[in-house]
Amino acid sequence: MRAYASIWRLRFINGMQYRAAALAGIATQLFFGFVFIMIFAAFYASSTGETPISLQDLITYVWLQQIFLSFIMLWFRDQELFDLITGGNIAYELCRPLELYPHWYAKLLAQRFASAVLRCFPLLTIIFIIPEPYRMSLPPSIASFVLFIVTLLLGLLVVVAISMMIYISVFWTMSPIGSILMISVVGEFLAGMIIPVPLMPKWLQTIAYILPFRWTTDFPFRVYSGHIPVSEALWGIGIQLLWLLILVLAGRALMGRALRSVVVQGG
Amino acid sequence: MSRNNGMIRLEGIGKSFKVATRTAGLKEAAKALFARKHTVVEALKDISFSIGEGEVVGYIGPNGAGKSTTIKVMSGILVPDDGSCSIMGYTPWKDRAEYVKHIGVVFGQRSQLWWDVPVLDSFELLRDIYKIPEAQYKANISMLTEMLALETIVQMPVRQLSLGQRMRCEIAASLLHSPKLLFLDEPTIGLDAVSKLAVRSFIKKLNKEQGVTVILTTHDMSDIEALASRILMIGKGSLLYDGSLEELKGRFGSGKTVTVDYRGESGPIEIPGAAMLEWSAERAVYSFDPEQLTLAEIVSRLSAFVEVVDIEVVAKDIDEMIVRLYEEHKI
Repeated sequence: MRAYASIWRLRFINGMQYRAAALAGIATQLFFGFVFIMIFAAFYASSTGETPISLQDLITYVWLQQIFLSFIMLWFRDQELFDLITGGNIAYELCRPLELYPHWYAKLLAQRFASAVLRCFPLLTIIFIIPEPYRMSLPPSIASFVLFIVTLLLGLLVVVAISMMIYISVFWTMSPIGSILMISVVGEFLAGMIIPVPLMPKWLQTIAYILPFRWTTDFPFRVYSGHIPVSEALWGIGIQLLWLLILVLAGRALMGRALRSVVVQGG
Repeated sequence: MSRNNGMIRLEGIGKSFKVATRTAGLKEAAKALFARKHTVVEALKDISFSIGEGEVVGYIGPNGAGKSTTIKVMSGILVPDDGSCSIMGYTPWKDRAEYVKHIGVVFGQRSQLWWDVPVLDSFELLRDIYKIPEAQYKANISMLTEMLALETIVQMPVRQLSLGQRMRCEIAASLLHSPKLLFLDEPTIGLDAVSKLAVRSFIKKLNKEQGVTVILTTHDMSDIEALASRILMIGKGSLLYDGSLEELKGRFGSGKTVTVDYRGESGPIEIPGAAMLEWSAERAVYSFDPEQLTLAEIVSRLSAFVEVVDIEVVAKDIDEMIVRLYEEHKI
């Protein structure tokens, strides 16, 4: 366990070095947050029917997406791991007395954490002081907030488990582009990153609820705003845990197969 | 040579790779989209040998011969198609996680250090990964720092190190957990003379003082001459030779090349028993077998016609010997 913690720590320190990237990221995310909110505000202003989610909750939803982008983005990738596989440096990873799956899982987790920590505090201060209607609102109760933290972290674990699949697939495809594109386009859409899940048509919502993707983003964000009540959130946590278990077990099995037939590229 | 305690035993190891092939060109690339052609490359064929504790073995052969593949099989990274391998009682690819605690590996063309952080951070990570007790870690660090002259460089980020400095750190990194067996895959590749000598003398010392068994691959014959008491030579996946360097030289390397710089006007001078490789104004090159013809005879023969200014004698190098071995094995 100490080994994984150390890998995590070093990776974290490594990720914290990229201050310029973080600043650029903050600016981009503010920009995208405003654009999304303006679009939704315009929709709501001209809407006559009943809305499935209030504008206030939606704005919170959008800001949370932007703040925790690096927690939830499926395209957020670790080029180093791809290079390890395609360039053959995986040789070194395999002569360590560690299982590869938890080893890489720790690395990916740390990278996302470092990126989020760098961005979330400046972003949080900004979006809590900007004027209405763009301002982010507080969660309705302490319970909602605590559950939000729990579901967000579980969601992060699920995201990393999903993205491990992308890395494992590279053992066969030798190029990450296809896997990233397929998983991230479909996955992010079904996670509500483009259209929030509550605004999707009913049939699409059904699909989104069956798949693991929405449990990583849509679910914790709606727990925060209270759109998903506390009692329902507890059930959701159970489903998150179930997905995590399935994805990790499947990932480990696939990686075991990949390693049995691994070809170390290059001399 | 103590070959009988069998720290490492390989028995009939074979490994082949499936390689997708197509000829160059757009049309061929389009065809390959639908029907892919594969050829099977046999990287290792029936490799068997055994190595005893405390040996330093040079594993040589040309590019693509299967050296690195063998190292990867022995270090548990690749799973061979057939054959068995027992190292310190472990089957490397089956007991990988347990087995690798006892070995150190350096791949000369790759890096195990974290690129952006100081070397010491990488070392500390390895300490945690291998669960090295603090006392042992401190002792090893101070020993390695001294023997490899690392004091000034361990605080620097890896990306700012020269290749020679980095290689010394790579070697140190693979020895932090006091392995009994060290695999070095081209540890001197790309190094300058000073770094090469430093690395060599370190490996020698390590073997002498700590009794670490070392298996190294290299293209540099002087590495082998300086270090290895035994040579394994591989070519096109087959083991061609297993024995001492002297034996090998005795078989193929008795031939030498002499380069003579001379002053004076003369046409090419034939010397019975020596083959003329080059004759130009002021320089002549012959190859000869010292057991048939002495150097003195060549020089005195030449002196009769021209004034000999300088003489340089070179033994046949490793590549020539490998070519000769190839010819012998008809591959």
